Amino acid sequence: MKALRKQLDKIKPQFQKGGKFEKLHSTFDAFETFLFVPDKTTSHGSHIRDSIDMKRTMSLVVIAMIPALLFGIWNVGHQHFLSHGETVAFWDKVLYGLWKVLPIIVVSYVTGLAIEFAFAQIRHHEVNEGFLVSGMLIPLVVPPDIPLWMVSVATAFAVIIGKEVFGGTGMNILNPALTARAFLFFAYPAQISGDKVWIAEKADAFSGATPLAEAAAGIGAETVNFTHSFMEMFIGTIPGSIGETSTLAILIGAVILAFTGVGSLRIMVSVALGGIFMGGLLNLASVNAYMDVPFYYHLVMGGFAFGMVFMATDPVTASQTNKGKIIYGFLIGVMAVLIRVLNPAYPEGMMLAILLMNVFAPLIDHYVVEANIKRRLKRMKPAKA
Amino acid sequence: MRQSEISNIMPKTIKLTKGLNIRLKGSAEKKISGLSSQQFAIKPTDFTGVFPRLQVKEGDGVKAGSPLFIDKYRENIIFTSPVSGTITEIKRGDKRLLLEVRIESDGKYEAIDFGKADPASMTRQEIAEKLLQSGVWTVIRQRPYAVIANPEQTPKAVHISAFDTAPLAPDYDFIVSGQGTYFQTGLDVLSRLSDGKVHLNVSKQTAAKEFLGARNVTINTFSGPHPAGNVGVQIHHIDPINKGDVVWFAGVQDVITIGRLFMEGIYDSSVTAALAGSEVTRPQYYKTRRGASISTMVKGNVNDENVRYISGNVLTGKQIRPDNFLGFYDSMVTVIPEGNYHEFLGWALPGFGKFSTSRAFFSWINPSKEYRLDTNLHGGERAYVMTGQFEKVLPMDIYPLQLIKAILTEDIDLMENLGIYEVEPEDFALCEFMDTSKTEIQTIIRKGLEIMRKEMS
Repeated sequence: MKALRKQLDKIKPQFQKGGKFEKLHSTFDAFETFLFVPDKTTSHGSHIRDSIDMKRTMSLVVIAMIPALLFGIWNVGHQHFLSHGETVAFWDKVLYGLWKVLPIIVVSYVTGLAIEFAFAQIRHHEVNEGFLVSGMLIPLVVPPDIPLWMVSVATAFAVIIGKEVFGGTGMNILNPALTARAFLFFAYPAQISGDKVWIAEKADAFSGATPLAEAAAGIGAETVNFTHSFMEMFIGTIPGSIGETSTLAILIGAVILAFTGVGSLRIMVSVALGGIFMGGLLNLASVNAYMDVPFYYHLVMGGFAFGMVFMATDPVTASQTNKGKIIYGFLIGVMAVLIRVLNPAYPEGMMLAILLMNVFAPLIDHYVVEANIKRRLKRMKPAKA
Repeated sequence: MRQSEISNIMPKTIKLTKGLNIRLKGSAEKKISGLSSQQFAIKPTDFTGVFPRLQVKEGDGVKAGSPLFIDKYRENIIFTSPVSGTITEIKRGDKRLLLEVRIESDGKYEAIDFGKADPASMTRQEIAEKLLQSGVWTVIRQRPYAVIANPEQTPKAVHISAFDTAPLAPDYDFIVSGQGTYFQTGLDVLSRLSDGKVHLNVSKQTAAKEFLGARNVTINTFSGPHPAGNVGVQIHHIDPINKGDVVWFAGVQDVITIGRLFMEGIYDSSVTAALAGSEVTRPQYYKTRRGASISTMVKGNVNDENVRYISGNVLTGKQIRPDNFLGFYDSMVTVIPEGNYHEFLGWALPGFGKFSTSRAFFSWINPSKEYRLDTNLHGGERAYVMTGQFEKVLPMDIYPLQLIKAILTEDIDLMENLGIYEVEPEDFALCEFMDTSKTEIQTIIRKGLEIMRKEMS
């Protein structure tokens, strides 16, 4: 490591102001700080600092997504061979899944990081770690058969319009990964909705409907006919976006996030409660078969669990106050189920619910903070009298 | 004795749950040694908001209590010499900023006689006059802004925190022992200065009779982790500062200094200071004086070369050189290792030995470990991303991130509404410690307070 450090120190001046590669300063800095935690010491204020930094925080989120990713890779293969009626070994499914999923991940990271590095250089900033998470989130919320150029376009849209125009990580209003997905959803609906896209290279004869689509079909029908049991939906052996099918794998991620303190348990719990509340309410007031679907199904269908754990908890776009987080989370749960059940044109209510609440989060915070201000003013009155 | 009985009848404990105790190696052993420093200095930079106007020049002889400089804008605030001797150097920095007035002690501690006095038989005016003249007034500070109190104002209350919860902080039970009469006289003086109450805020664990038996004060008991010992946190829970309020505060040793002035008639600058930190060979307490050189204290008592000397604690203290001087308000010197090293893939390692308030490192496995923390920043500065962190270590009804952002945008109304008057940088030290984005929060808070002070004056 000393040799590497020496080499870095040797070439470093060329990347600093006045050096040959001055224009690549941010890039150099990103790689240097990736390899070595900087030797920078505290100068003002607290002389000691917590060991946590943004790299650690963001990499923990990526680690928390790994169970969902691994399951997703297997499931892409599993669903593919299932649709063709073939029985293959575990590793064949994984290999097939890797062949499908890895390119999407690579395209997402390469596109996003290239833009991030460029913006950091233009702004003379250090490269932000935020995209480490977004770059993994995007592949997990798209269908396995999505054309790679679409992934690239959607990622570029999300990073530039969703994030950089606002000033970069920490300044954005909408969750970048969801922005990418919403972009795909509205720009290329054929490739990201319907029955055909959720299984990679599906056999035509096989119904590839997701539980959400099956439930939506229940609006005009007597009953909802689920192909899969509740348990299958929970485990995740169902068609769907790459990383969102397994509630179990997602919950493992939730435990990692909540335990390390990186993700807000407060938000996750309130989203779940909001979903249960709205699902239960619809059960009580049911007038069609979809409304009859037991409320707990909503937690395991579609992107509810994934959105709850990895999207709603994004600290930048969520409410920032503790009270606000409870309201924000609860309303996401409510809106997600409401949109799903009452508006079949948008089967994936979770995405829209989170984006909607992203927009409302500052307003929620405003009222929470306003209450604090009122408390403070109230305290003053008796003194004046 | 009636007063003390009353205060003992209602020992309501205020329990604070938010906060953090950072367990560091090298706490001071309860042993006091004398220290004979020759070099002293009063540093105008210790006094926020003071514009010094010198009253001495190099080569002048001074006694303990002789004026060194005054505040240009409040000329009755006088800063006096802690010892008798000669002015050896007037040290200036950039733009001729006055950094230090150095005094070489003659070892005699001759002091100007300001006359013994009984506060009970004096008017408020006479008491203030005596404090101002001797320079002892400067130990009394006010909130908002955490600056030296304005003698023209009458505070709504006076607060004394009788314990310090900061990492490795000195034990005031130990420091006050044997100083009970001075301490009580100091309290008597303060009670004459305020129309309101004098609050003595003690730790639930305290057993010191000097505190528990104190008269003319209201005793409030606190329990909980750091920053429960911060006077700002205590004020917030006892009688919060509203717009227009002025509250005064002083430390335990400040009260003792006031007491000595009235009982002995002199400015006696003696304080007890703890020398602590992982790099100290024999951490212990020393009998020293305000502004004394720390060189005799640390010489031969520090393990390593690459260390940082801090006057004060690791969260709020000031970095000084090993031949520099104890800060005016400080009761401790901390020595910790410098962190100027590169760590290969440090952010990715499991981190069994890395202290963190998050459980992002495996050090959560061993919660009672004492740490040898260094000054490494452990990362680079970023925009604010994480939320809900600061709230865990700020036991006040204040929205920390929102207040910080209000300061950054210099929104005066919002700062006021969000409670800027109630805070001081030290209250946000833990927020700064645990900030994932590595911003300088104490500097931001100070900036906010200065904006408000200019706005209101």
